[in-house]
Amino acid sequence: MTRTMQLALACALAPLTAFAQSGGGHSESRGDVRHEMGGEPQYMILADRLEWQSGNGDEVFVWDGSAWYGGDYNRVWVETEGETLIDGETEAAEIELLYGRAISPYFDVQAGIRQDIEPDSRTYAQIGLQGLAPYWFEVDLEGYLSEEGDFTASFEGEYDLLLTQRLILQPRIETGFAFQDVADRDLGAGFTELETGVRLRYEIKREIAPYIGVSWSRTLGETASIARGLGEKEDAVSAVIGVRLWY
Amino acid sequence: MFSRRQFLQSAAGGAAALGASQLVPAWARAASLQSGAQQAFDLTIAETPFELGGRRAVATTINGGIPGPLLRFQEGKDVTLRVTNRLADTSSLHWHGLLLPNDQDGVPGVTFDGIAPGETFTYRYPVRQSGTYWYHSHSRFQEQTGVYGPIIIDPAEPDPVAYDREYIVMLSDWSFEDPERIFAKLKKHSDYYNYNKRTVGDFLNDVRDKGLGQAISDRKMWAEMRMMRTDIADVTGATYTYLMNGTGPDANWTGLFNPGERVRLRFINGSAMSYFDVRIPGLPMTVVGTDGQNVSPVETDEFRISVAETYDVMVEPREDRAYTIFAESMDRSGYARGTLAPRAGMRAEVPALREPFLLTMQDMGMGGMSHGAMGGMAAAKPGEKMKSGMDHSGHDMSGMDHSGHDMGGMKMQEGAAGAGGGMAMDDMSGMDMMDAAHNHPGGPAVAMEAMNPQERLDDPGNGLGNDGWRVLTYSQLENLGPNKDPRPPAREVELHLTSNMERYMWSFDGVKFNEVDGPILFRYGERLRLTLVNDTMMAHPIHLHGMFVELETGAARRPLKHVVNVEPGTKRSMLITADEPGDWAFHCHLLYHMEAGMMRVVRVAEDVAPGHPGSHSKHGDHGEVL
Repeated sequence: MTRTMQLALACALAPLTAFAQSGGGHSESRGDVRHEMGGEPQYMILADRLEWQSGNGDEVFVWDGSAWYGGDYNRVWVETEGETLIDGETEAAEIELLYGRAISPYFDVQAGIRQDIEPDSRTYAQIGLQGLAPYWFEVDLEGYLSEEGDFTASFEGEYDLLLTQRLILQPRIETGFAFQDVADRDLGAGFTELETGVRLRYEIKREIAPYIGVSWSRTLGETASIARGLGEKEDAVSAVIGVRLWY
Repeated sequence: MFSRRQFLQSAAGGAAALGASQLVPAWARAASLQSGAQQAFDLTIAETPFELGGRRAVATTINGGIPGPLLRFQEGKDVTLRVTNRLADTSSLHWHGLLLPNDQDGVPGVTFDGIAPGETFTYRYPVRQSGTYWYHSHSRFQEQTGVYGPIIIDPAEPDPVAYDREYIVMLSDWSFEDPERIFAKLKKHSDYYNYNKRTVGDFLNDVRDKGLGQAISDRKMWAEMRMMRTDIADVTGATYTYLMNGTGPDANWTGLFNPGERVRLRFINGSAMSYFDVRIPGLPMTVVGTDGQNVSPVETDEFRISVAETYDVMVEPREDRAYTIFAESMDRSGYARGTLAPRAGMRAEVPALREPFLLTMQDMGMGGMSHGAMGGMAAAKPGEKMKSGMDHSGHDMSGMDHSGHDMGGMKMQEGAAGAGGGMAMDDMSGMDMMDAAHNHPGGPAVAMEAMNPQERLDDPGNGLGNDGWRVLTYSQLENLGPNKDPRPPAREVELHLTSNMERYMWSFDGVKFNEVDGPILFRYGERLRLTLVNDTMMAHPIHLHGMFVELETGAARRPLKHVVNVEPGTKRSMLITADEPGDWAFHCHLLYHMEAGMMRVVRVAEDVAPGHPGSHSKHGDHGEVL
């Protein structure tokens, strides 16, 4: 993680945790009781993936985390995702600051700003839908409009398959879509990339779950052609070892 | 020389000493309870070191005990209770089930401001009833950490229940986790404490037993609706130790008897979150009271006690042997246990925990609808609320038009209520016929609506009744004396118990307490029917402060309750005479549900236009920080 990245993350999260702590007083005037019973804000910090990926000669550290603060209907979200070569540069790093609103029992609409830090600094307006689809699929569909006017989208889906009460197999899929070529990111219009994998985690506690897995990714369509032209591989298979944490 | 039997007894005694909490109050250690009511009490709420099974914690206690001291009142005599709060937070004591002036009810934010740290609050009220009750803090999670105790009120008239010896059996749940943390975990992952989810192994077993098609169809609808068939308790034995009179199962709380004596057991469920199924293998129990009120004696072998209910039970052990009092948590993740024995240190066999039950279609409020031809659930928002047809018999009915079949279901249900529910037709005259529609907002707070809720008053509860022994049902409860108010209800108030388990939101009519505009209004003196419809997958013990409700079981003498257990997918109604003026708390007695918003205030006042405002406010516009 670059210094910029760390700084950005720290700045984004600091006010949230401060908020959460100050919300804990329990003096009970009449108004407070009403506020407590259903109106109390909560927070959550989730490192969904903190993992080392090894494959095709590269060793990469990948992170994918989020934090939220708020009530049942309205929340502030900070999300961050990226990857860095173990002994090299950070290839991708982004952070999102979003307002989320519950629009149905299982779905939140999110809107806000995404800031890319690597491979270069770029700002996006973002809107998306996140939640739990029928059959217990965790899904996240986001659209991004960059400051250059490029429109892209991403989709993530996850599913938990319980082998035992603590041993959980999680298939995962992630794909990107560009509505036009984004030349300086080597993206062609259409589906750009597909990443899929399975991770087997063991919940020592619910909050602490180390995992192993395998991840397969490939560029698609026009983006794949661009990659071939640059002499890059179209697909990659990686072994994964990591940990899922939340609080 | 030691006999083998003596050796086993002393070994058990040693184990008991090891596992006993140090805070067990005198009443729980005595051989029978001390008689003799008092009128003045000094109670101090304070933090006290607590040890259970070798682990240490700090509990919040009343007079240093868990449970707190026995308060023994005499019907007809005033009591004075000086309550000192030595905690750092505001505290309170609520006298659960007692009829008293509104300002003595002890609910911060509703009837008074609470007891500030360091202050003493003096409660004074006349005692107008008799029976088994309890008291507890009504402040945040203090009840979970130990602020609860029993109340016995001796009757002014001779007690219709004759007994030689009596014990309180107070059940509760203890966690070494901070309840604030438990609540925070549930808000993030409501299934955090469920270690009984269905796994791939369960699926394979079902495939083997029922075939692949059936195994898939059994799961299809539940998965489609994002509902868990194992969602029985939010907080489980994964964090709880279940206590009987403040002692863990290994410590074996023991009540002594002489064979042939009539022993009165006063069961009180003082848990924050745990229902128990209680039995005493080898000993039939005669239920003589519930919620402090005498009922016609009913002999049974097991009963479910929901949170905050009380049951008075007579047993007559004739043999010179020990009997286990076994209180299994409803989700079968643990048990509280004690022993009735002729001598100290004895023990009887402790039954194995039964397999936990799975929720069924009935619990979704689809009971009684024929499997082959039914429409399914209400669907205000396609794709969001559960909407698909059920697929129970292998015929996929999803996508079919709901209306015709649903209406058939509703009609059938109302017919059943008229015949079996004790609602004579003349009772219905002049009141609005309820429709089964869901006249409350939907939105994120309401994940499900029961289309065809049943009363199920003759059902002992999920997971019970299939063991070859008798289990008590609500329909068996009949008040010992006649009900006082012969008037039929002049109107009906219907409230739905609503939730979104995924977000851990709990509410009435989809509106959390922090969003409610005003109280539910009862006109002073009026007679009304309150109907509760459970649109959630969980059982809820619903508690009205200040007044008894007469549960409409079909019995001529309706049992008086202060807590009514509303099983999932059911609809239960009760008659109320609104004769206690003031603002009264009305809530789910599952502590974490109440704190999540499943609470209302009922205002009994002269000159109010009776109604039920506040339910239709828009979601999300009140009380949130953001």
